Amino acid sequence: MKTIALLTWKSINNRRSSALLTVFTVAISMLLLLGVERIRTQAKDSFANTISNTDLIVGARSGEVNLLLYSVFRIGNATNNIDWQSYQKLAGQADVKWSIPISLGDSHRGFRVMGTNTDYFKFYQYGNRQALQFDSGQPFAQLFDTVIGADVARKLGYSVGSKIIIAHGISDKSFTRHDNLPFKVVGILAPTGTPVDKTVHLSLAAIEALHSGWNPAGNVGTSKNQHQPTFHPEQITAFMLGLKSKIKTFSVQRKINNYPTEPLTAIMPGVALHQLWSMMSIAEQALLAISGFVVVAGLLGMLSCLLTSLQERRREMAILRAMGARPGHIFALLVAEATLITAAGISLGVSFLYLLLAAIAPLINSRFGISIESASISTHELKLIVTVLLGGMLIGLIPAFRAYRQSLADGMTIRI
Amino acid sequence: MATLANMTMNILELDNLTYSWPKRQQLSIDIEHFALQQGQKLFIKGPSGSGKSTLLNLLTGIIPANSGSSIKVLGQQLCEMSGARRDKFRADHIGYIFQQFNLIPYLSVIDNVLLPCRFSSSRADRVAADPKQQARKLLSKLKLSDMDILTPVSALSIGQQQRVAAARALIGSPELIIADEPSSALDHDTRSAFIELLMQECQSSGATLIFVSHDPSLESLFDRSVQLQDINLQGVTQ
Ligand SMILES: Nc1ncnc2c1ncn2[C@@H]1O[C@H](COP(=O)(O)OP(=O)(O)OP(=O)(O)O)[C@@H](O)[C@H]1O
Ligand SMILES: [Mg+2]
Repeated sequence: MKTIALLTWKSINNRRSSALLTVFTVAISMLLLLGVERIRTQAKDSFANTISNTDLIVGARSGEVNLLLYSVFRIGNATNNIDWQSYQKLAGQADVKWSIPISLGDSHRGFRVMGTNTDYFKFYQYGNRQALQFDSGQPFAQLFDTVIGADVARKLGYSVGSKIIIAHGISDKSFTRHDNLPFKVVGILAPTGTPVDKTVHLSLAAIEALHSGWNPAGNVGTSKNQHQPTFHPEQITAFMLGLKSKIKTFSVQRKINNYPTEPLTAIMPGVALHQLWSMMSIAEQALLAISGFVVVAGLLGMLSCLLTSLQERRREMAILRAMGARPGHIFALLVAEATLITAAGISLGVSFLYLLLAAIAPLINSRFGISIESASISTHELKLIVTVLLGGMLIGLIPAFRAYRQSLADGMTIRI
Repeated sequence: MATLANMTMNILELDNLTYSWPKRQQLSIDIEHFALQQGQKLFIKGPSGSGKSTLLNLLTGIIPANSGSSIKVLGQQLCEMSGARRDKFRADHIGYIFQQFNLIPYLSVIDNVLLPCRFSSSRADRVAADPKQQARKLLSKLKLSDMDILTPVSALSIGQQQRVAAARALIGSPELIIADEPSSALDHDTRSAFIELLMQECQSSGATLIFVSHDPSLESLFDRSVQLQDINLQGVTQ
């Protein structure tokens, strides 16, 4: 009703400062809720986007999550290696379109080193089927060439042409750095927002050289065509497979899992990612619960504000009743106030969110390669917003009911 | 029924009116019979606690009387109406002035005056094409200057506030004006001036006035005066 809308607006306007404060409280709690929700979904998305278009990942027999963690996220270690012969045999199957062998276990100044071949730059995909891109340089060609991820280049200040030392072993402080070999950065990958950014890529032959203890001391950088012994990998840590037809995934997986020569595990990355994410969902839920409580606190703040105002407004209610207002009008007046405050708080909170996103998006994009698009409100977020709005209206029922009772009891008697 | 042919029609008729506040055994109001003619100016006096305000709450239909009571206002039986209909009836036919603190602090003088028109379409209809103009006219008749009209209501003197309240009660020409001790906070001269202005306006709009006060010195200004205890058999005294 128009009258109630007008009275609501004027009465809130009259209590501007306390109303504004309440609106702010609701806005900030809304910002937090939506912000956490955005981060949660973005994290989930970017998590699911870590690897794309790979049908199977194969490693020594272990748990699915463990295999996923070390092969894709570079977390933890393989329990065992895969024989080069086995890899060649399995990757050579008729159903296989492409394969990427990877060899892990070394590090460079806190970043994991991964041995692979140039197929990696051709076939590895992340996000929505995005291939790796070079920011500068090209894939490795020589034995001591290395291609580094965007984070490695940024954090360590490397550029194409930089000479780096790579240690054998994972710990940086390790004293097994006896096999320190001089490598040259020949390529830097564009940011992907995945663990690729934090990886130093070598050829499998270089990894082999690292491990065999070959030391080219004295020859460093003197000549490109120096005599080098040829290194063949004997073992790798894992490999990734792309199949010609997705339908074959299960049969190939079964075949690998039953491979007689050595115990292997083949996983479908999507399934394993899902498993891993559900393991982390407790933390995610906790975060959501906390922001939920902040919203509740915001709405309770509004409740206390409305209840305090009620006592001073008994006179106003009696006047309205005398003018012909029904108790229902009084009820509606307070529900409308609660609704207006909540709605204003929500709108302000959403504007804050977009302002914040606009402010930090370029920063995040250049730093982490994650593009946080200022996407419009998703249906899920809309549900949250509607829930909060309904919550605000519901809370408004408390002072409304009280005012209703009061105005019935007081009638037109003004009580102060 | 409200046939205008009968000049001595009763605007108000009470029969066997009883009322007791919830959780009180004693009756606050017990009136066997009382009638008021249209156009009269009635003064009701009675000491504090005698039930004056309670009676007005009943006449305006804010609170429902005990069953078996009869309250006829403008020929209509309030006791048979639903709460919502009584609220509408009050909005349409009754202008009300409180003892003090009459105005809603967050509305302007004009918006305060126009408040009854927002709750009653028939009063809005009776106001000419431009309700704001009508409000200003009433306010100036009640000796409020254009300056006063633009002042926030909380900055008006009590006497000015009461005149704004009178304008509000009069707007849309309701048939019955009820005032519950509207002048007790005013000094003697202001009080007389206020009551005279109020009476003039009631006269010109043809409204009936019921004025309640515990101050017997005002009695002489009215057509008719009753002592509440004389009609109220159960007058509560404290
Ligand atoms: N809302 C209420 N609830 C319960 N009892 C009430 C209520 N209002 C009034 N009463 C009681 O009804 C009786 C009459 O009160 P009322 O307010 O009608 O007196 P009054 O004549 O208007 O007094 P005053 O001159 O002080 O305004 C009193 O005993 C009072 O305590
Ligand atoms: Mg009273």
